[in-house]
Amino acid sequence: MNSIILLAVLAMCAIGVTAAIILYIVAQKFKVIENPLIDEVVELLPGAHCGGCGFPGCRSLAETMVKRGSLENLNCPVGGKEVMAQIATILGLVAEEKDPEIAVVRCSGSKFNAPLKVLYEGASSCSFLNQLNVGESGCPFGCLGQGDCVFSCKFDAIVMDLETGLPVIDNELCVACGSCVKACPRQIIEIRAKGKKDRRIYVSCVNKEKGGVARKNCSVACIGCGKCVKICPFDAITLENNLAYIDFEKCKLCRKCVKECPTNAIIELNFPIAKEKLPTVSEVEA
Amino acid sequence: MKTFKLGGIHPEENKISDQQPIEVVPIPQTVYIPVSQHLGAPAKPIVEKGEVVKTGQLIAKGDGFISANVHSSVSGKVLKVEEVVDFTGYRRMSVVIESDGDDWMESIDRSLEIKKECTLESKAIIDKINEMGIVGMGGATFPSYVKLSVPQGKKAEYLLINGVECEPYLTSDHSLMLAKGREIMVGITILMKGLHVKQAMIGIENNKQDAIQLMTTLATEFQGITVYALKVKYPQGAEKQLIKALVGREVPSGKLPIEVGCVVHNVGTAFAVYEAVQKNKPLFERVVTITGKSVKKPSNLLARVGTSISALIEVAGGLPDDTGKIISGGPMMGRALSNADAPITKGTSGILIMTEKESKRNPTMNCIRCGRCITVCPMGLEPFLLAKLAENQTWDEAEAEHILDCMECGSCQYTCPSARPLLDNVRVGKSMVSQIIRTRKN
Repeated sequence: MNSIILLAVLAMCAIGVTAAIILYIVAQKFKVIENPLIDEVVELLPGAHCGGCGFPGCRSLAETMVKRGSLENLNCPVGGKEVMAQIATILGLVAEEKDPEIAVVRCSGSKFNAPLKVLYEGASSCSFLNQLNVGESGCPFGCLGQGDCVFSCKFDAIVMDLETGLPVIDNELCVACGSCVKACPRQIIEIRAKGKKDRRIYVSCVNKEKGGVARKNCSVACIGCGKCVKICPFDAITLENNLAYIDFEKCKLCRKCVKECPTNAIIELNFPIAKEKLPTVSEVEA
Repeated sequence: MKTFKLGGIHPEENKISDQQPIEVVPIPQTVYIPVSQHLGAPAKPIVEKGEVVKTGQLIAKGDGFISANVHSSVSGKVLKVEEVVDFTGYRRMSVVIESDGDDWMESIDRSLEIKKECTLESKAIIDKINEMGIVGMGGATFPSYVKLSVPQGKKAEYLLINGVECEPYLTSDHSLMLAKGREIMVGITILMKGLHVKQAMIGIENNKQDAIQLMTTLATEFQGITVYALKVKYPQGAEKQLIKALVGREVPSGKLPIEVGCVVHNVGTAFAVYEAVQKNKPLFERVVTITGKSVKKPSNLLARVGTSISALIEVAGGLPDDTGKIISGGPMMGRALSNADAPITKGTSGILIMTEKESKRNPTMNCIRCGRCITVCPMGLEPFLLAKLAENQTWDEAEAEHILDCMECGSCQYTCPSARPLLDNVRVGKSMVSQIIRTRKN
């Protein structure tokens, strides 16, 4: 009885040792030599695999960073400046300076500004509604409100405001990876510079119809009047196909266009409320 | 009685207007004629603002192989050539004509006498059909001459004529068969001559007994035409299902019916072909069914292309108060309108008005894996899987599961006990997959 147990144990040991030797030899022969720096860089990257850098996943970005030997045009929008600086020190390279960016929803066609004309009951998908018909408000360019951008966001940075029916982007959580830009079938969302103190000015409309037609469906549509183009002291605004566009690289945030816009299509974000000029004593008396 | 085997459903027929004779709609004051009323490239407008046109005059020329000519449906002055809101709510290029009566082109033979003999050769027939802008009248509006131009190496054996009209509510083909049976028969012989086929089969569903009887007696006057009564089952009027039912052949995935030697045309197309070849009349009017349970006078109307849908509803007794939804086409494959002032086109077979109660969708619930959608799918697909793949945006897998074979008949969504938007999601998947395939080819 004892000998059977002993034999079994010895046999198992022998198989184990042979297998170990074979595995060791195979492991040595087919060893993949990888730069240890790649693993270090991957550790630093956020690991969201969002695709915001243009590479399929964080590891692929890390490999490119290490192999290319320079950080030109390579940037992790999620990690931002800090992560890039750390990677740069590990690799002994210089990180490219890039201003922080954020996604911006360029539509103000809320339920109040662009009242519903028809009711949609089908699958909650913007891309389907976009090819089916013009949408509930009747604007062929505006937000459809089914939330494709919300589903595409991996950082929970977009939520649907149920009151207005428009998506709202969280200032802190958005990392400008651009997945919502790709998800929106109407190209409403744009990645823009975050701006100093998060202050931003943009045309919140993408309607290319003629003014009167656009205004029929939405009270805050850009009518392409060109007043903002004339008043802008920095030539930052261009007018094309009845639609104004503010170049965020040229814009100096002077806010002249915001006051000039007759339809309130230009939006200012995170500015302090303008102090109203109190009438002076002499004016009151007069 | 013949029918197709795989899948299919039996929705309520609701053919309310099937005993109504065809009524002619008065000519509207202004018509909006879209230049894209067919599958394929939009036609190019050849008239300008201020030009005076006659009824039946060419106003937009087909651009490319898959395209069709568009003709004026009234006589009068061209007000403008610009983008007009169509039934989807989007703006599409259209020719707007203000009518001043009904002055037809001299070349059109307006007599009601039936011309049986066709002296034209095959090539000339196909050219004529192309020139007159004939498209498939069943609803898909595929240019008819393309179907008749059989590619080299292929041979057409059978001409199948679709008088099935399996969509609930719609009766435009039925009323056309009753009113213009003999003309349709002549149209079929012309199509047979154009295709060089000896045999034509007409398939009519068994719920149209009067049409079957009439067509059977008429068919004895003509050589090579037989009429078949088909078991009532949706979607029998789909091209591939009709071939399966009548000839017993199956069209391979992603191929056209000509692959199995068949060409399918609608009875409406056969009538349009008769008018085009024998009477020289372009396609600018069609029979439209205006129907619905709440409609005062459900009717079959002969309307000019470009007449607004709201004008047709007026003729049928006006819009009922409790209207919840207006659908262009039938309840299964039609589209809900977002603009009732949109014009009718060559492909508008019916306008269905649903009450508020009927039009509400049931609340969507979770999939219970009952497999009913698979049982009813006439193409042998797995709709629940395709919908899920499209929802998850896994386009490659959706393509591998043959999402492009779906013909959007809606049987799956109709039968789903959880009221899931299966077809809606499959449609998203189809458009995305075909887009991916297109970019891959380029």
